[in-house]
Amino acid sequence: MIAFNTLAELFSLAEEKELPLSEIVIAREMHDSQQPREAVWQAMTANWQVMCAAIERGIVNEEKSLSGLTGGDAKKLYAFGGKGYLGEQALLAAAYAVGISEVNAVMGRIVACPTAGSCGIVPAALYAAQQQKEYDAEQIIAALFTAAGIGMVIDQNASIAGAEGGCQAECGTAAGMAAGALVELAGGTPQQVGDAVALAIKNLLGLVCDPVAGLVEVPCVKRNGFATMVALTAADMSLAGVQSVIPVDEVIAAMAQIGHMLPHALRETSEAGLAVTPTAERLTRKIYPDA
Amino acid sequence: MHGVFDIVGPVMIGPSSSHTAGAVRLGLMARKVLGEQPVQAEIHLHGSFARTYRGHGTDKAIVAGIMGMQPDDERIREALPLAKEQGLQLQFKQVQIDGAHPNTAIIYLTGASGHMARIRGASVGGGNILISNIDGYEVELTGQYPALVTIHRDQPGIVTRVTEILAWNALNVAFMRVSRQSRGAMAMMILELDEELPRTVVEECQRVPQVQKAFSIPAIG
Repeated sequence: MIAFNTLAELFSLAEEKELPLSEIVIAREMHDSQQPREAVWQAMTANWQVMCAAIERGIVNEEKSLSGLTGGDAKKLYAFGGKGYLGEQALLAAAYAVGISEVNAVMGRIVACPTAGSCGIVPAALYAAQQQKEYDAEQIIAALFTAAGIGMVIDQNASIAGAEGGCQAECGTAAGMAAGALVELAGGTPQQVGDAVALAIKNLLGLVCDPVAGLVEVPCVKRNGFATMVALTAADMSLAGVQSVIPVDEVIAAMAQIGHMLPHALRETSEAGLAVTPTAERLTRKIYPDA
Repeated sequence: MHGVFDIVGPVMIGPSSSHTAGAVRLGLMARKVLGEQPVQAEIHLHGSFARTYRGHGTDKAIVAGIMGMQPDDERIREALPLAKEQGLQLQFKQVQIDGAHPNTAIIYLTGASGHMARIRGASVGGGNILISNIDGYEVELTGQYPALVTIHRDQPGIVTRVTEILAWNALNVAFMRVSRQSRGAMAMMILELDEELPRTVVEECQRVPQVQKAFSIPAIG
């Protein structure tokens, strides 16, 4: 039986058995679900197909959400492509992430990763990486298992719910998952994976969940694009040899502590922050005229 | 610790796991309790559900579930016109229920045969639900396991008779709860099982003296 409760434990299992992190996560899942490897692999492949379909729909989407607050921005970013300050590949990654989130907002089909509000980050990072580095499908599926393993540890030791830990728990976790997966894809060591996760999360610590009108739209949709940039930067820093001074499991513990200390008003209740700005209040009255 | 597909998954229709995916499951659960094609539905929404249902499509999601759709069904956004086409009459009310979870709905269904069902449940996060009341009986049901429900007279021996039938059929009980209106009156028992229930087992339970009604609620995935 394979079990891990921290990323340090996951990494030492991988080193001990001389296996990639993804294989440890797959072995644990096979044991836990009592499913053969083929079934577990197939289920992840099916998830990846839904993710890709959401990206392809997202970058051409012009439809506005039910509230009218979001829709059409991924298409603009995609068209802007190489004209920006960011390299073309990075800006496309942002477009993919915003696109998936827009698909989510128009009641389209997505994969929660780890949540619906943060569903764009991991797939966008992996999709852009696949295009840029020509990874094959097998490598991408394996990377999704690595991402899942990272998310499982964060879920266990901190939280992945905005209502419990603020947005750091959702977009912060997703950025950590994406950063770690990107490093493993590029052939980094478990230590480098850990550094990338730590760097990504550290830069989203304290992020609050204060959505306008209580909807998964403002600031969530565009934030998926920004958090993807954090993931790419963290992965590149780690691959370049930059280390996190604070080890990743301690960063996750800090995230849990900060989450507990965040006031209720900034944990998905829309009672403070962006949600109570004059513009947000005007928009909210417009969306819910009889509330 | 949660599994891989709790983190990368589920596949769902947006925008919110609690206000959309969980809402589909609440509707689906009501449908399973009714056990037949519904012709009429009255849906009461409380708290955050009442305030934000339009922006999250919670109304569409619950109705989609009542029509038997799963949380990843792309027809969810068209659920209201589809219900109209199928002759399912709908009524929504925003209500205030003291002490209830902020994402609570009460769903009243009437089936084609005139049979009625009422369930109260909450979407408790990440698409998970908790049903707290069925037809006036306090329950705790997540829909993660297939369940056997009996409505019977509160008297000694009934619980044993029913669990004996499960034992003979090699069905393992994962969770169990018995509640009653008052001593000696009608009672409800819910047994959540590790395996799907064969129909013959439900029929056998139905034949136990003092069991007024036995039915199964399949897991909702």
